[in-house]
Amino acid sequence: MNKVFRIFLQGLSYAAFVAVIWYFSSEPAFQHMPADKALVVVAFKHAGLPVEACRKMTQQELDLLSPNMRKVNDCTRQRSPIHLQLFMDGDILFDKIETPPGIYADGSVNIYYSRKVATGKHDFVIKIKDSVRADSYTYMHQHEQVLDTAQILVISFTRDKGFVFN
Amino acid sequence: MRINPLRRLYIAAETWFKYSFAELNPMYHLGTLTFFFFWIILVSGIYLFVPFKGSVHGAYASVEWMTHQQWYLAGIMRSLHRYASDAAIITILLHLFRELALVRYQGTRWYSWVTGLPLLWMIIPLGITGYWLVWDQLAQYIAMGSAHLFDAIPIFFGSMASNFLPSQMSDRFFTLIMFLHLLGQPLILLFALWLHVRRLSNVNIMPPRGLAIGSFIALIILSLIKPALSHPPADLSTVPQSLNLDWFYLNIYPLLDYWTAGQVWLLTLVITLLLIFLPWFFPKRAKATAVVDLENCDGCKQCFEDCPYDAITVQARTDGKKHSHEVVVDPALCTSCGICVGGCHSANPFRKAEKILRPGIDMPDFPAHELRKRTLAAIDSMQGKHKILVFGCDHGYAVERIKTDNTRGISLYCSGMLPPTMIRFALRKGADGVLVSGCRSNDCYNRFGERWTEMRILSDRQPSLRAGVDHRHIISQGAGPIDRKALEKSVQRLRKKLIKLEPKASE
Repeated sequence: MNKVFRIFLQGLSYAAFVAVIWYFSSEPAFQHMPADKALVVVAFKHAGLPVEACRKMTQQELDLLSPNMRKVNDCTRQRSPIHLQLFMDGDILFDKIETPPGIYADGSVNIYYSRKVATGKHDFVIKIKDSVRADSYTYMHQHEQVLDTAQILVISFTRDKGFVFN
Repeated sequence: MRINPLRRLYIAAETWFKYSFAELNPMYHLGTLTFFFFWIILVSGIYLFVPFKGSVHGAYASVEWMTHQQWYLAGIMRSLHRYASDAAIITILLHLFRELALVRYQGTRWYSWVTGLPLLWMIIPLGITGYWLVWDQLAQYIAMGSAHLFDAIPIFFGSMASNFLPSQMSDRFFTLIMFLHLLGQPLILLFALWLHVRRLSNVNIMPPRGLAIGSFIALIILSLIKPALSHPPADLSTVPQSLNLDWFYLNIYPLLDYWTAGQVWLLTLVITLLLIFLPWFFPKRAKATAVVDLENCDGCKQCFEDCPYDAITVQARTDGKKHSHEVVVDPALCTSCGICVGGCHSANPFRKAEKILRPGIDMPDFPAHELRKRTLAAIDSMQGKHKILVFGCDHGYAVERIKTDNTRGISLYCSGMLPPTMIRFALRKGADGVLVSGCRSNDCYNRFGERWTEMRILSDRQPSLRAGVDHRHIISQGAGPIDRKALEKSVQRLRKKLIKLEPKASE
């Protein structure tokens, strides 16, 4: 085969090679977030209350223990699951129950839920029940928020501050 | 011989490169090309590391500086770094497809197959952490996606995704990613690459100079006309909307918009396991491995030098003979290619001392004695003038098919199994010409069979074809399974040569 023609064919091969890299290194563009959507994220770490109330130990029970083991209250390690509900404009977004991690189910629960929602003004209601001994939700909060395109609304929670919408 | 459709498709597609690149066919150098791209990635990466600021607030600005202020050097380095990484994925995928299509994963070659696949899963995260370091919206997107993937693994407690909430991202996490990308992942990859080629001998990690120069120039041109750019800086208070993904590395992330992280993991796992266990889905028909006959082995070590799979070792003599060494075959590593027999001095068909030809190393299912017998039978069965005997291999064109009155073909396990003395023997016993075929040139199924045979014929490697043999009666022509025409042309070419030589032969 003619050397010049062969070099030409090689050039075509290299061109095809870089064309594949050219295109797939950035195209086709991927639409991750539509223009009319925002993201609601519920993220926090929370420990449920113990499943049973602490019990005061009797003197007889304390006498059976070595001195360094004696304590007034006997508390169970197991914690309550966290039941979370988030409503948006009356519709439920999340309704989840998380069991505490750990062999004794005594760890804090890490919560991270996210969902794409329509932009605009919304009315949020969030509830948490963190004790099996409670009859109803232990924390509840209502919040109104206007969501812009692609905005991330983060709902966090701490015992002292309650729910925070950012 | 029935050729599987995948193999036929691959060989047909490869023909383009065979004609345009000839000896430099890039499909035969995919592994070394991948190594070459790694060299580019390494050198450009070291350069980029110097001006790079490894912090959440400094990273993006420093990459932008490289891209726009020092575009002529750091910018090109960045583009080279990215495009060479993409090129490596292409060559790896082609390498994988090639080995799959040519069924080069069966038998004892399972090891290279099984150790090769995880390399892909190591390289992709290396690319991902690289994109992460730019800390633009694309980095933010893959950080969130990766976090969701990791959070789905039940061994991790806590939520990794929480690290990427507004004002949560810390330099500490960024430092971890830097460590992974710059040191941790490359070191693991290097070790895995060593494992991948551990059972191969004469490993080459550099492509031919022409290919290296060509691909480097191609990448430079691409870097100049389409410099790698960043997305807008990461903003953890908003979700990135439209993204220009590098589909070579980030193809898994869009799935997370439709599937759960667990489903994505499942898909990845299923594909990986299916590919990994492929050698056992289609097991190779077992051939007996090479066997050493110490009675006839003088410990010359040629088979040890020739074995492409490091299946032969040399040790001190154990039978008390005067020779200092003997060879030992490890059946677990032997692929039964027979190349060792072709390199054995004692596989000489002229040996008359014994009725049965017994070389120092032999293939029990197709011994050298049987090859001598078939050679004689083929010559005896030919009629007329200009008898041509074609030695081919089981992985190239099925040479038995070119049978005519004065042409016969004998297929070997590999063309490298042919002792050069067998060529002389055939010419002496009545063949007018010998054509040595095999796989396509430079594409030996057993790595070096075709090359060693060619070198032996040209007296560049031991055992060499005796000087007195008239090379005008011999032709070498690689022919893949679909290259019937090329092989027939070579037979005709040899026959024409023989006709021209006729008066001389009659003198």
